[in-house]
Amino acid sequence: MSGWFERFRPYVMVAPAIIVFVLFFIYPIGYMIYLSFHEWDFISPEKQFVGLDNFSGLSEHPEFLKSLENTFVFTFFSVGITTVLALLLALWINRPTRFYGFVQGAVFSPHIISLVSIAMLWMWLMDPQYGLLNWGLELFGLPQSEWLASPETALYSIILVAIWKSIGFNTLIIIAGLQSIPPHLYEAAALDQSSRFTSFAKITFPMISPTLFFLIIMNLIGSFQVFETIDIMTQGGPLQSTNTLVYYIYEYGFRFFQLGYASSAGVILLIVLSILTVLYFFLMSRRVHYQ
Amino acid sequence: MKTSRYALKGLNVLGLLIVIAIFATPFVWMAVTSVKSLSETITFPPVWIPETIRFENFALAWDTGPFFRYFVNSLVVTLSILVLQLFTIVPAAYAFARYRFFADRALFALTMITLMIPTQLIFLPVYLQFSSWGLLDTHLALILPFAANAFAIFMLRQTFKQVPEELLEAARLDQASEWKIMYMVMVPMAKPTIITLLLFSFITHWNDYFWPLVMTTTDASRTLPVGISALTNVEGGVAWHIMMAGNMILVVPILIIFFIAQRHIIRAFVYTGVK
Repeated sequence: MSGWFERFRPYVMVAPAIIVFVLFFIYPIGYMIYLSFHEWDFISPEKQFVGLDNFSGLSEHPEFLKSLENTFVFTFFSVGITTVLALLLALWINRPTRFYGFVQGAVFSPHIISLVSIAMLWMWLMDPQYGLLNWGLELFGLPQSEWLASPETALYSIILVAIWKSIGFNTLIIIAGLQSIPPHLYEAAALDQSSRFTSFAKITFPMISPTLFFLIIMNLIGSFQVFETIDIMTQGGPLQSTNTLVYYIYEYGFRFFQLGYASSAGVILLIVLSILTVLYFFLMSRRVHYQ
Repeated sequence: MKTSRYALKGLNVLGLLIVIAIFATPFVWMAVTSVKSLSETITFPPVWIPETIRFENFALAWDTGPFFRYFVNSLVVTLSILVLQLFTIVPAAYAFARYRFFADRALFALTMITLMIPTQLIFLPVYLQFSSWGLLDTHLALILPFAANAFAIFMLRQTFKQVPEELLEAARLDQASEWKIMYMVMVPMAKPTIITLLLFSFITHWNDYFWPLVMTTTDASRTLPVGISALTNVEGGVAWHIMMAGNMILVVPILIIFFIAQRHIIRAFVYTGVK
């Protein structure tokens, strides 16, 4: 009797979580893949099977291709710049005094604020006529920018906001990684009289590379989902210059009711995220070791 | 030698002050704008100190929509998620950390896969699912998908694994039941991790805009971030001072909590790290 119960216990323990995951994450993925092979407008009772038509349609759809391009540009710059700046900042402000603690807090603060507020605040800062940023540029004798109002600069303005928002989180995680490096490694390096650069290249960087790697993958996955800032600040405009993959899915699903199209765009996002995930676990198991 | 060291120190402090300014100025500007008059928002160069401090802007912003309703909705949704997560995450993490059972690896892999699936990917099928269940525009649609959290299970499992086996053996010798061991031995040991995870969950769902935007259609179930975002299209053009006042209502409580609990929050980060 108790033996039976013993054997069942782990299943009872994991069941609630697993049910949630299957119902709201795993099954919907399957349903989305199913929909991507159909044409459906949400209202008609028939879902018409169209094979790969949605995908070939997407590959010729300029709006979709533009959104894919924008997503890659956004991801490349926001993840690259955030990671490099966060690493430099972490090396700089990783000190145990109160003042440095305050700097860490200030840098981290945007992370806990809703993207809605951040998006609206930056819309105001980036206002081409009355915004603070243009005032700042003028103060330093620099030319003013149109920021979100011009297709040339809108995407880069959104990237700037993304970096400002996420740099603090990245910095703190890297600081946590720096602090977990055993001090005796540096003591040994000091005995060998190695230069600061050598000890960075030989100790610090290898030791925090798993953390950096984790962050880069997480940031990549995160930036492929960019939506909030786009929806509030530009709605994909001007002239599609800030339309991204998730915004495209949202518009085609919810505004134009082309569920097949939207689902196949979702499948493409799924493929990108899967590649990143597999890459992550593959490299993790091969060379990266957490202590 | 000495002077150059002082110069370097001064330069360092200056650099740090610039870093602080980059992150603080936008919030200061939000606060300044929120008490301005309309005409003071549309001057260039901008005014730093408004002629009169207009606190009535907050009331005006509050009155643009049913903000009390939004606030209650946000509270109900976020707290429900936290409570449900507590009940799903702790047992699952414990089972994954301490038991070997048939298909344990497969179930854990399923959990890890979920970790990589963003809500931005599954909102369309889940929307259709909720629509067929008649759950659209309800609190449940905002709560149920987040009743469990893969990241939290992963983190808590790591923490549970670090609890020394001797401690459990001692408890077992005392004839403590497995449930009792879980709640009386393991949970107290993992308290910092659990608090951190709940804090993350709170911030995530309190601030969430995407999911409620997609799943709600009326003010009956809309949450604060969705309600606030409507300030961007107030009739009669953009009113920056009202918009900033509305956002102050959303931002200031969170910032206050953050700066009071900052050391705890940051220590929590360092404690869990990214193991």
